[in-house]
Amino acid sequence: MNAEKHPPVSLGTYLMVWLALLALTALTIAVASMHFGAWSVLAAIVIATIKGTLVLLYFMHLRYEDRMFRIMLLLALFTLAVIMLLTFVDVLLR
Amino acid sequence: MSTPTHEYHPDSTGSKIGMWLFLFTELLLFGGMFLLYAVYRVKNPADFHYASLNLDTKTGAINTAILLTSSLTMVLSIGMLERRHRKASLWFLIITIGFGVWFLVNKYLEWSHKIHHGIYPGSEELTGRTAGENLFYSLYFLMTGLHGIHVVAGMVVLGVMVWMIGKPHHRVLPVTALPVDAQAHAVSVTVEYSEDAKLDQQKLIRLENAGLYWHLVDVIWIFLFPLFYLIS
Repeated sequence: MNAEKHPPVSLGTYLMVWLALLALTALTIAVASMHFGAWSVLAAIVIATIKGTLVLLYFMHLRYEDRMFRIMLLLALFTLAVIMLLTFVDVLLR
Repeated sequence: MSTPTHEYHPDSTGSKIGMWLFLFTELLLFGGMFLLYAVYRVKNPADFHYASLNLDTKTGAINTAILLTSSLTMVLSIGMLERRHRKASLWFLIITIGFGVWFLVNKYLEWSHKIHHGIYPGSEELTGRTAGENLFYSLYFLMTGLHGIHVVAGMVVLGVMVWMIGKPHHRVLPVTALPVDAQAHAVSVTVEYSEDAKLDQQKLIRLENAGLYWHLVDVIWIFLFPLFYLIS
C-alpha cells in the first residue's frame, strides 16, 4: 500500500473548503440567534457534523486515503455512539 | 560483496495508521466529556440555557474562525512541502503556530474575564447559584481547558516540525553507503536534501501526521463552540 498514489490535492480545493467552513460557522450563529427551540440544538449539531466531516475528508485527507482509514474511523465513531446510546438509555429510563 | 547497510524504508501508511489510532483515543477522551455534557444538559436544561447566555458568542466565533484558518495554513504548509517549496512550507507552519498563539490569547482573556467576575469552579459566586450552572461552568473550564492544552501540545509539535524542516538540509551517510572502490577515498559523504528523496519523504510523513493532530484539535473545537456558546 502506498499512500502517495494520489497527486497533491490542489490548493484551490483547500481554499474552497476553508470558505465553506467559514460560511457554515456564520450560518450556525445565524440559526442560533433565531430561537427555534429544540430544533436549534439539532441544527447546531448537524452543522457542526458537516463542518467536522469537511475537515476530516479534505484537510485530513480521508477522501484520498485508502478505504481502510474511513472504515477505522467509522468503527471508532460507532464505538462512541454505542457508549453514548447505552448511557442515555440508562439515564433516561432509570 | 556484502554491504550491511541499514536501509530505511519510509512507510507512509503504517505511520498514518499509528497516528489515527492515537487520534481515536483522543476522540474517546473528548467523547466521554461530550457525553457528560449531554447528560447534564438533559437533566438541567434551564440552568444550561441561562449559563450559556453569559458566554460571549463573539469571542467564540472569532476563535472558531482563527482555528479554521489555522487548519487552512496547516494544509497549505503540507501542500508546499509536497511541491518541494521548503521555505513556503516553513512560513505557513509559522503562521499556523501564530494562529495558535492568537487563539490562546483570546482564551486567556475570556477566562480571566470570567474569573474576574468570580466565575470559576468552587468559587463563592458559583456556590450561591444553581447546581446546573455549576455543572455548566465546570464542564466549560474542563473541556475548553483540556482543548487548550491540546492546542499547546499541537504548537509544540509544529515547533518541532519547523526545526525539522528548517535545519540544514543534508545528512551524512556512512562510508559504507558508497560504492566499494570509492570508500577508500572518503571519510563521509553528505547528501543534499533536494536529492535525498527518502529524507524528503520522511519529513513529509511527519508533517502530515503533525497536521492530522492539529486538525483533530480543530474538529473538537468545531463541536465545543456551538455546545457552549450557541445552544441556548
